[in-house]
Amino acid sequence: MERMISDKPVVAKKLKKSKINASLQRKEGLQGYLFIAPWIIGFLFFMAGPLLFSLYGSFTNFNITSTMDFIGIDNFKKMFTNDPIIWLSLRNTLYFVVVSVPLTTAGAVVLAVLLNQGIRGMRVFRTIYYLPAVLSGVGVYLLWMQLLSPSSGLVNTLLSFIGIDGPAWLTDPSWTKNALIFMKMWSVGGGMLLYLASLQGVSPSLYEAAEIDGASSFRKFFHITLPMITPVIFFDIVTSTIGAFQIFQEAYVMSKNGEGGPANSLVFFNLHMWNKAFKVFDMGYAMAMSWVLFIIILVLTVINLKLAPRWVHYEGEDRK
Amino acid sequence: MSAKAQKQNNYFESVKFKKKMGQSIVLIVLIAGSLLILSPIWWMIATSLKDMKEIMTYPPTFIPKEWHWENYLTTLEKGPFLKYTMNTLFITSLVVLGNVFANSFIAYGFAKIQFKGRNVLFGIVLATMMIPGFVTLIPQYVLYAKLGWLNTYLPLILPAFFGSAFFIFLLRQFFLTIPNELIEAAKIDGANHLIIWWKIFVPLSKPAIATVAILSFNGAWNDFLGPLLFINDESLFTLQLGLQVFKGQNDTQWNFLMAGSLMVLLPVIMLFFFFQRYFIEGMNLTAGSKG
Repeated sequence: MERMISDKPVVAKKLKKSKINASLQRKEGLQGYLFIAPWIIGFLFFMAGPLLFSLYGSFTNFNITSTMDFIGIDNFKKMFTNDPIIWLSLRNTLYFVVVSVPLTTAGAVVLAVLLNQGIRGMRVFRTIYYLPAVLSGVGVYLLWMQLLSPSSGLVNTLLSFIGIDGPAWLTDPSWTKNALIFMKMWSVGGGMLLYLASLQGVSPSLYEAAEIDGASSFRKFFHITLPMITPVIFFDIVTSTIGAFQIFQEAYVMSKNGEGGPANSLVFFNLHMWNKAFKVFDMGYAMAMSWVLFIIILVLTVINLKLAPRWVHYEGEDRK
Repeated sequence: MSAKAQKQNNYFESVKFKKKMGQSIVLIVLIAGSLLILSPIWWMIATSLKDMKEIMTYPPTFIPKEWHWENYLTTLEKGPFLKYTMNTLFITSLVVLGNVFANSFIAYGFAKIQFKGRNVLFGIVLATMMIPGFVTLIPQYVLYAKLGWLNTYLPLILPAFFGSAFFIFLLRQFFLTIPNELIEAAKIDGANHLIIWWKIFVPLSKPAIATVAILSFNGAWNDFLGPLLFINDESLFTLQLGLQVFKGQNDTQWNFLMAGSLMVLLPVIMLFFFFQRYFIEGMNLTAGSKG
């Protein structure tokens, strides 16, 4: 973070010298505000305002049409005492996060390492592997519903070639979440690009030195490559955890009538929140839910940041 | 052992041979992986051309026995996809326009003008990327409802004209690489920041702006949540919404569903093949700053 914020105020320092320059500086400052004004307005209307409203709303029984009475922490109490679905949705979401984040991260790293070999035609491979990452939306979900169809889908057909009797994926409650994770793995090429850029930044002299010492490919990978790209792994884990906690569309489109079936196995936290807000219009409760999610994400991100110094290697930093 | 045999033996143990061997294995893995990655796309094309009888036969065929091109016409007749396409294009082009202008304008302010609180404000820009979308989604819905904007395109288009954190960040990173001397020189010639932004920075950062344009096209084209929440009237539906409704009406009619999906995905696939440089540029800009 440090690096991107600090472009040095060289100009300002020079100008500070006289009063005339001070007024010039004020004028400059005004222009600065003019340039960022659209963002400030947008931030107030679409972000800060809604955040404040949501914060207050989460302590009310707001239902968009008639009521908005302050009811204290009743919404939060209700989550613990009177809404079994929320716990199920939290379990479903946690399962998805805990399985999908490590898998997609590891997959992206391995793919990037494979694609970083100096083999001819690598550009073509990069294009192919990256393609699924740019595809999203209902079209992709429909495609995967067909691919994962137990009888006529591609996945179980391919599995049958190697003698595996594939599961019923989206219709078997114990496989639905794995089906979504499987789908996510298809677009692992998105993360791959991130790693590829950082792999290319690893100095070749490190490998040369290791080769002189007779290090094997595996040793080189675990003792040079992996440590050198830990900053990107860290960034990837933080952002993909935040993303995975908010899974919604996949479950909405790929379950019947967007209900998160079968057996509520696809009711994720956000889907439950959506139903509360826009199906039964219990908006106060839904807003309270959204803050709970926010706090969960915030706490996990802070934990991630605290754990980072133990395993993230920054170039030129003294290890204690 | 003859000298020749020994030489051969050495070759098989040599570093060069091992390297070649390793590369061959990697190549085989990559080719197999590519086939796996591309197979869903082929499967979508194949399924869209089959009739339902062939789709249901076991084992499934990889190449359609008969090519039913008319499936595409049937799909187009089954739903007003042309209308959905026009609606989507209308929204998408305005969103791209908004994103390109607003974000480059705002990013210039953050990158090249000194003002009080700039770093704090930019910190807030970055922090907003952390906030889960649903926290602001419900209040935004309420706001748009009170303004009478529901069932119009305003909630989908207007926010694009007020900047988005990721694009501001991306363009700012790019602008920072353009030397300040250019600004100083232009100022001596009497140019103000508005002119410098429009006449110097916008032309110089075409690659970054193209990245923003393409990523925001992709985002708007694929946006499902926004239209789902804000649009009720079928005549205002976008392709994503239309496809979702189409899915409900043609349960397990896989040939029509795949034909519809492919038609919606095709523009993005084409865009990717023509402009993949910019997609990749966008990723690299983010990656570089995190290194």
